[in-house]
Amino acid sequence: MHPDVETAPPAGPLDAAPRRLVVVGGGMVAQRLVEAVRDRDVDDRWQVTVLAEEPRAPYDRVALTSYFSGRDPEDLALGDPGLWDDPAVRLVRGARVVDVDRAARTVRVADGRTWAYDELVLATGSSAAMPPIEGNDLPGVFVYRTIDDVAALRGWVEQQAARGRPVRGAVIGGGLLGLEAAGALRALGATCTVIQVGTHLMSAQVDLGGGEALRRLINRLGVAVRTGTVTERMRVDRRGTVGRLDFADGGRLDVDVVVVATGVRPRDELARAAGLEIGARGGVVVDEACRTADPHVWAAGEVACIDGACLGLVAPGYAMAEVVVDRLLGGSAVFPGADTATKLKLSGVDVASFGDAFARTPGALELVHSDPVAGVYTKLVLSDDARTLLGGVLVGDASAYASLRPMVGRQLAGDPSALLLPGKDPASGGDLPDDATVCSCNNVTAGTVRGAVTDHACTDLGAVKACTRAGTSCGSCLPLVKKLLGAELTRAGITVSHALCEHFAMSRRQLFDAVRVTGLRTFSEIVQRHGHGRGCDICKPVVASILSSLDDGHVLDGERAALQDTNDHVMANLQKDGSYSVVPRIPGGEITPEGLLVIGQVAKDYGLYTKITGGQRIDMFGARIDQLPGIWKRLVDAGFESGHAYGKSLRTVKSCVGSTWCRYGVQDSVGLAVALELRYRGLRSPHKFKLGVSGCARECAEARAKDVGVIATDNGWNLYVGGNGGFTPRHAQLLAEDLDTDTLVRTIDRFLMYYIRTADRLQRTAPWMEEVDGGLAGVRAVVLDDALGIAADLDASMARHVDAYADEWKATLEDPEKLRRFASFVNAPTTPDPSLAYVAERGQARPATATERAELERSTAGGPVVVAGTTLAVRS
Amino acid sequence: MTGPVQVPVQVPGDVPVEAPVDGPVDVRVDVRVEVRGAAPRWTAVCRLDDLAPERGAAALVDGEQVALFRLVDDTVLAVEQRDPFSGAHVVSRGIVGTRGDTPTVASPMYKQVWDLRTGRCLDAVGREPQDLRTWPVQTDGDVVLVGGPGAVPGPAEGAAP
Repeated sequence: MHPDVETAPPAGPLDAAPRRLVVVGGGMVAQRLVEAVRDRDVDDRWQVTVLAEEPRAPYDRVALTSYFSGRDPEDLALGDPGLWDDPAVRLVRGARVVDVDRAARTVRVADGRTWAYDELVLATGSSAAMPPIEGNDLPGVFVYRTIDDVAALRGWVEQQAARGRPVRGAVIGGGLLGLEAAGALRALGATCTVIQVGTHLMSAQVDLGGGEALRRLINRLGVAVRTGTVTERMRVDRRGTVGRLDFADGGRLDVDVVVVATGVRPRDELARAAGLEIGARGGVVVDEACRTADPHVWAAGEVACIDGACLGLVAPGYAMAEVVVDRLLGGSAVFPGADTATKLKLSGVDVASFGDAFARTPGALELVHSDPVAGVYTKLVLSDDARTLLGGVLVGDASAYASLRPMVGRQLAGDPSALLLPGKDPASGGDLPDDATVCSCNNVTAGTVRGAVTDHACTDLGAVKACTRAGTSCGSCLPLVKKLLGAELTRAGITVSHALCEHFAMSRRQLFDAVRVTGLRTFSEIVQRHGHGRGCDICKPVVASILSSLDDGHVLDGERAALQDTNDHVMANLQKDGSYSVVPRIPGGEITPEGLLVIGQVAKDYGLYTKITGGQRIDMFGARIDQLPGIWKRLVDAGFESGHAYGKSLRTVKSCVGSTWCRYGVQDSVGLAVALELRYRGLRSPHKFKLGVSGCARECAEARAKDVGVIATDNGWNLYVGGNGGFTPRHAQLLAEDLDTDTLVRTIDRFLMYYIRTADRLQRTAPWMEEVDGGLAGVRAVVLDDALGIAADLDASMARHVDAYADEWKATLEDPEKLRRFASFVNAPTTPDPSLAYVAERGQARPATATERAELERSTAGGPVVVAGTTLAVRS
Repeated sequence: MTGPVQVPVQVPGDVPVEAPVDGPVDVRVDVRVEVRGAAPRWTAVCRLDDLAPERGAAALVDGEQVALFRLVDDTVLAVEQRDPFSGAHVVSRGIVGTRGDTPTVASPMYKQVWDLRTGRCLDAVGREPQDLRTWPVQTDGDVVLVGGPGAVPGPAEGAAP
């Protein structure tokens, strides 16, 4: 071996300056392409510039409809926002490319700026097609493609609604996008008719039988459907806006708003002008490597014409992006073929189509199950020997989608007709081959999920998600991922311990049921019967919480007091120096000037640092344990009560000001927030939980970031569940729409009680909903349709809580026995902890740092500085 | 020093610990126990009933902060009140429990666990283990006594048969 050869710098492109990769287009495929480059280009060989026409970073266009329930474009953010801060990546927003000079290898933007490239990727996507119908340029006619389209549509509908009568909407086009647009119009409070040229809805994905079942489901949402209908013209009304649709069959429909969703057209104009080959129905022709005839120009996503067709779905676009990146880095990947499986994202309408849904394979057999009463249509397409699954259509109940889709092209175990029965989720996951794709959003195979268990020691769903990225985008594969995880753990002989701790072999849920059934009410009895030892800081607070949920005794009654964490024990929040913070309840964030004065005076008298919390109330910091009763005496005398900021319980119900003051509010959000806060105050739960109520769709209360979020509609309230901020932020999901207040409260009652009974220790509502049977749909079935027959029991539990509620702090002040715990020292109950020391900062006290403390001790020549009430020792 | 130490309890001032008292016994005024013929001394800090079972309480003993714990069998143990991981004087406010047969307390701040009998850190929650100082404790009738340096537990006079 020659040392000089070993140490020689690598030859070739590695030692060259980074090469310039320019991506035209800033959609989902561009995002995935940049992610893939940054993931895999470990030597920083590429400098990537993304030229995006829209004035924002790439967003989740597939979830565009969800923008109606939120309002914030940030809701649709994709992936890690840090991607765009990467020094090797440059995102240029609002940059519409107008020219590609292939000879000079440059692209020019509308404002004249020019970028040079070594390699160019066209990811320009599609534009919404506007059919040549007379009147298609009238005000009130919209397409459905971008955030701006959707925002404009919403603005228009709100403006029409202000005229004081129901807004009449129509959607031209009964495909996937048209139905989502119809759902969006309904969500905005407009009536809606879907106009479909073809024989049935979603005719590109679903057969006639499925289309009929789908029509019934759509009708149930209050959406009318006209099939076989050609729109001849859109007529202007007296105000100069769209007012009527005239159909070829002579029919007419009065409208205030029209959404055209008849399809998309590839944005191939740059490629045309640059002289690249264009497909018969549009799109830049590329080979299996996604390369055009020019070796330095590539195309990916909807603009690419591959195998003679453009693919209007995101999964094949992602696959193309991965292929291009692999090739740029010297690989030889080829486009694996399109997975055209689709699932309609419309609340209450479950439709999925995958594989050869139309049985076009020669000799294919179709197995159909149709139940018009239940609104279910299921079709499986099988090979001629009825053993291999080729595709299928699921309408009304698509729960088997996640399990069936990866089985396409594979032999089925057992009788295929068994798979058709509703509610039967066929795949156990165990027999799925390793190379079957489980998560098509992130291209994760069954083998990768299994590897997470065997090679990376993942033992729960959260760990598998973090390890493999499976289920982190749309989440539809999570049930399958969970099954694979369970099967793999069993196979590996790993028993997943659900034991709380060494003292209880049960999970929190099992312990909850056991305590409920046996009726034991003290820790000693419970640990003797169901566990062993004397407990610990894990199981004791769990038992305290369970007991509290079951019979609502005082948190400090008898032996129960010893089970509590110090926060619950002294009903305040421990801070880093051993002092506590105090938070009186301010329901709904509504407070009188008198109340503010009381809090201000108490804080001033005790020298407490005050801060407004994120939950719309006031936190007072720096109270010593021995000061807590005195502080609370004054607060209780002034009418305040515990805010339970210390408990695993309801924190706050955040609200916007609502219809009483706000020009846009449609319901009294503060009134509802106050009522909900008073209803659920003090309710102990596996983790803290928060609520939010917004008075209109502008969502100023950020209710969708809460465990339970309520958003006012013209007809009532929409209820969202499972949101949270914190370490893993989650948006709440829609549980039910347009509820009246009584139904809303009953539904929240049941949701909370179901959660309290079945969640794990310290499990927030979002991960609980991933784990609980059936996920969101399962929760909906339990709380709205009483699928488990426990609704009356849940209602009774909540009624008991509401009846038994009493303020913990008031009760404590009245009980000398309970007051004993507030002694600073058992042999000197009013001597302050001599170690506490504070300095002033921005006009208030804060704990001294170690350095400051040492300084203070020196300057006072003996003994640390003691803080007592208003004689706060502060350093200027 | 070996063998039992005779510990006559003398409570000066007007706070006789034998007398029933409402609320916590305030014995802040130099309640000391004379130990015959030896420097180590025992300090009476409270009555057993002042301590809730399986819960801690802080006490001041010779200017030092001590965390007292009454176990389910009425044994009383004393460790340092200062939590070495946070520097805050909070150990008495932790949750009492067991690990195997070992009585433990968990810090209310960052959840480190110590053996109450030895002060040994059993779970440092990913940090460098730091033990707690311990104090000898004995009870004389109803009175809980904490021993100073060198004090060795033994039956107190009143408790002798």
